[in-house]
Amino acid sequence: MNRVAVTGLGLVCALGNTVAESWDSLSSGVCGIRPLQDGGNPAYKFQKGAEASSFNPSDHFTEKELVMLERFAQFAAVSAREAVKQSGLTFDGELGDKTAIIAGSSVGGQFAEEEGYQRLYKDGNPRVAPLTIPRTMANAGASRISLEFGIHGPVYTVATACSSSNHTIGQAFGMIRGGQVIAAIAGGSEAVFSEGLLRAWEAMRVVSPDVCRPFSADRNGLSLGEGGGMLVLEDWEHARKRGAEILGEVVGFGMSSDAFHITQPCIDGPAKAMRWALADGGVAPDQVNYINAHGTGTAANDSTETAAIRTVFGEAADSCLVSSTKSMHGHTLGAAGAVEAVATLLALRHGLVPPTANFRTPDPACNLNIVANEPREANLMFAMSNTFAFGGLNATLVMKKA
Amino acid sequence: MPEIPEPDLAAKVIQVIAQTQRIPAESISLDSTFEQLKIDSLDGINIVFALENEFNISIPDDGVQNLRSVRDTVNGVASLLKQKSEVVPPGVA
Repeated sequence: MNRVAVTGLGLVCALGNTVAESWDSLSSGVCGIRPLQDGGNPAYKFQKGAEASSFNPSDHFTEKELVMLERFAQFAAVSAREAVKQSGLTFDGELGDKTAIIAGSSVGGQFAEEEGYQRLYKDGNPRVAPLTIPRTMANAGASRISLEFGIHGPVYTVATACSSSNHTIGQAFGMIRGGQVIAAIAGGSEAVFSEGLLRAWEAMRVVSPDVCRPFSADRNGLSLGEGGGMLVLEDWEHARKRGAEILGEVVGFGMSSDAFHITQPCIDGPAKAMRWALADGGVAPDQVNYINAHGTGTAANDSTETAAIRTVFGEAADSCLVSSTKSMHGHTLGAAGAVEAVATLLALRHGLVPPTANFRTPDPACNLNIVANEPREANLMFAMSNTFAFGGLNATLVMKKA
Repeated sequence: MPEIPEPDLAAKVIQVIAQTQRIPAESISLDSTFEQLKIDSLDGINIVFALENEFNISIPDDGVQNLRSVRDTVNGVASLLKQKSEVVPPGVA
């Protein structure tokens, strides 16, 4: 089986429009959850979110291109550009055929869809804009990346809510490991700040009225975030032979389904995903130095995730550092796995664990070795990143320092 | 609706194409072909949608497929506007 190197990273989120900008905040515990630019009328019950407010679409696309590209697809394309640029890959000839693009998103483009509904149901106008379908489709980001780089291999989208991006990275990892492709651009993107989506999240009563405080006893919900993250994964030998800088390695992937409840988390499913990811990579629990937790900041997730980690790691959990970077970039839903995989790889690379910001009070139900508020230097070799989705779908990646 | 004089109509159609394509109206003439303006089939349906809104007309699918140039488009819109003006609203005559 081929080893899988990471040779490029790209990130757009509330913390910055590049990996370097975002890492500045991640590595110093800066929270990007801020007052919403549009608080709704009537006001949403939550007034904060992690918006990519410094992202200016016209810095990256022509006016004509923007007619076609929804915000989530813009995030996908811009983060892919950064990752590809860092990798130094060009996709001429065989590599164009032997490269995959797998881009996750929970819901695709909601703005065009909501605009269409507004015309139909509010204005009573039956004429919906002709580009509604290509703007809305969840594969708009993947297809844009394919067009931009001339990549002709397997290109598709995974929509498994908050696990979308760990599923995409895991699938790309498997395809390279098995020799189906040489390289892959994998990750995801999400643009959640549309009125319809915000009202729907409001109705679920899981969004914090303040900021998310993962694993803190006084946590009261998640904070929504937007953005995109992309990784260039590459056959290790291919990367080595061309002298590429290898940023890290993906070594294991595990996925499971709770088959328990559509939204309520359970211990068994996440535990299986973590256990299977470790087994897949041949990594023992006590070798894992850092877990980038799903850590949404809801009462149920964080205590359940703690129990699942305890189940898998046993006593080794005491020495494993845990943080939730959602406390800084928010819960980016279909992009979460990718944004957090980038954070995890950077942690391995820099020997620095980004903290759980906004943490106030330890919770006995979350008795993990939480890195709270301040980043921590540590000698890291293996790290894990969890995503657990509505629908009971769990996906865990295990990564190694290069 | 009073009939729109030809030159004004052409200018309006060009304006709609320019806005839809995000290009300057000055770069479009009556003799420009869609190929020259790099208007593909998807752009075409966008332009048709905008023209329907602008002139309050309904452009049939088979009419759309025959459009190749700005002149075709202006003539098509003119003929649809003419048809519309010939339909006498009930109670007016």
